[in-house]
Amino acid sequence: MNALRVSLLFLKVGVMNELQYRVNLVVQLFQSAITLVTGLAVLALVYSHTDELNGWSQSELLCLTGIQILMAGAIRMYVEPNMSRVIDEVREGTLDYALTKPEDAQVLASVREVRIWHVVDVFSGLFVLGFGLSRITTDFGILDALAFAVALVLGGVMIYCFWLVIATGAFWVVNMWHVAELFDGLFATGRWPVGIYPGWLRVSVTFLVPVAFAVTVPAEAVTSRLEWETLLLAVVFAGFLFAATRWFWRFGLRRYSGASA
Amino acid sequence: MSAGPQYARLPEAGRFRSIVDFYLTTMRTSVQQQFQYRVATYFYMFGMVAEPVIYLVVWTTIAEQRGGSIQGLSAGYFAAYYIVWTLVRNMNIVYGAPYWEHRIREGRFSGDLLRPLHPIHNDIAYFAGSKVVWILLWLPIAFALTLVFDPLLDPTALEMGVFAVAIWGAYLIRTMFMSALGMLCFWTTRGAAVFNLYMTSELLLSGRLVPLPLMPDWVESIARFLPFQWAFFFPIESLVGDLSARELLGGLVVQAFWILIGLGIFTLAWRSAIKRFSAVGG
Repeated sequence: MNALRVSLLFLKVGVMNELQYRVNLVVQLFQSAITLVTGLAVLALVYSHTDELNGWSQSELLCLTGIQILMAGAIRMYVEPNMSRVIDEVREGTLDYALTKPEDAQVLASVREVRIWHVVDVFSGLFVLGFGLSRITTDFGILDALAFAVALVLGGVMIYCFWLVIATGAFWVVNMWHVAELFDGLFATGRWPVGIYPGWLRVSVTFLVPVAFAVTVPAEAVTSRLEWETLLLAVVFAGFLFAATRWFWRFGLRRYSGASA
Repeated sequence: MSAGPQYARLPEAGRFRSIVDFYLTTMRTSVQQQFQYRVATYFYMFGMVAEPVIYLVVWTTIAEQRGGSIQGLSAGYFAAYYIVWTLVRNMNIVYGAPYWEHRIREGRFSGDLLRPLHPIHNDIAYFAGSKVVWILLWLPIAFALTLVFDPLLDPTALEMGVFAVAIWGAYLIRTMFMSALGMLCFWTTRGAAVFNLYMTSELLLSGRLVPLPLMPDWVESIARFLPFQWAFFFPIESLVGDLSARELLGGLVVQAFWILIGLGIFTLAWRSAIKRFSAVGG
């Protein structure tokens, strides 16, 4: 409960901080528009050469694109800024300030930053998702909606865990310049249903970097092709990943000796 | 006589030799640095390989659904296209527009101006040196991709020769245009949106996303009047495709043309940009 209170407090301060820079909203609107138009153009191009991609129609893939944009926006808003800050602070030695506070270090490390303007991407993703859904004829029941929500939250948790593992790596490897680019590159695999990738890559973007759980599984839920075993697997894997990540973070912390102080 | 700040000039006597020496030394330094941080470099290259692999998988899937090819382009062609893509993309990485922002904001630019040489020489030489290392590091990646994706690649000696020149042409075209774009940073600190727009246009019009013949005809006609494809599609196609000797050599001429255009735009922009510069830190 205390963790939740602290998170909300940081969220409030972070949002207030960002609200000072209102022109950034215009810039972000422009950037999101570019992302959106590019995504739609690529889809249009692909479907000008085929009617379906690995069993996915254009409208269904539109839903998937929406979810990918939404998820990428959420990650850029809340996950990536915090994790980048951890990586930077390990190098500069300022992580000590967070560690000496009387609150769980993982909670603190995960909630201190918020780039609120990326919320535009979340909305633009929702918009694409809604548009795609409106063109799909199969009925979208309350059970599908529920499965979608659960899958989306689990996917977000798993991506957070992945990032935290990477950030924890900074305790050993200080030179992490290109990690954000590496992640962006891998996350782009989420633009397409994971089924089109060859086996080795499909396994990698499912379990190594949980992009499939974050994008394809929620998309399967909204297009009524999700099997309950998949959702169950997502629950189990998210639980496992969360526990393992927490252990790894603490293991890294024990090794960390502070660079400043 | 110029008004405002200007970089100092080398003495006229022995100027050419000094520049050659500068290029060689900077390239050598850069080669050593890249080798020193080879793990970081490999991380970067791995992140980059994801993009062409995604495109490759998508188009191969479609080609297979349509019985093996799209508009005459087979899965083997796509594999070759996107594997060569990774090298061309490596060559295409330059001191981008965002770097100008960084260099001005951090106050490094004042120091650069003190050198008796236009800063662009440093940019060109430094990355040219890095490319040598990147090409070496790229070879194992290309080998692995070749094993996995089975490309259809059968270049002639002329094609290989033109390719070897064209990747450096691509490097210079992109250096010129990105540097020209970077001049925006002298006027605004919010250039990111404009850079993004440029990158998106490039993505769609250069052959980076997909071989240009797969684009709708009207897009192809627009692309014909822009520099983008000469830094992406042409170098790749020179090795992978079936261009005639005339098209191959003509392509190099067009590349030279765009390098000069880019240099012209950059020079003009530089002249007015440098007048606006006032030092930050340093």
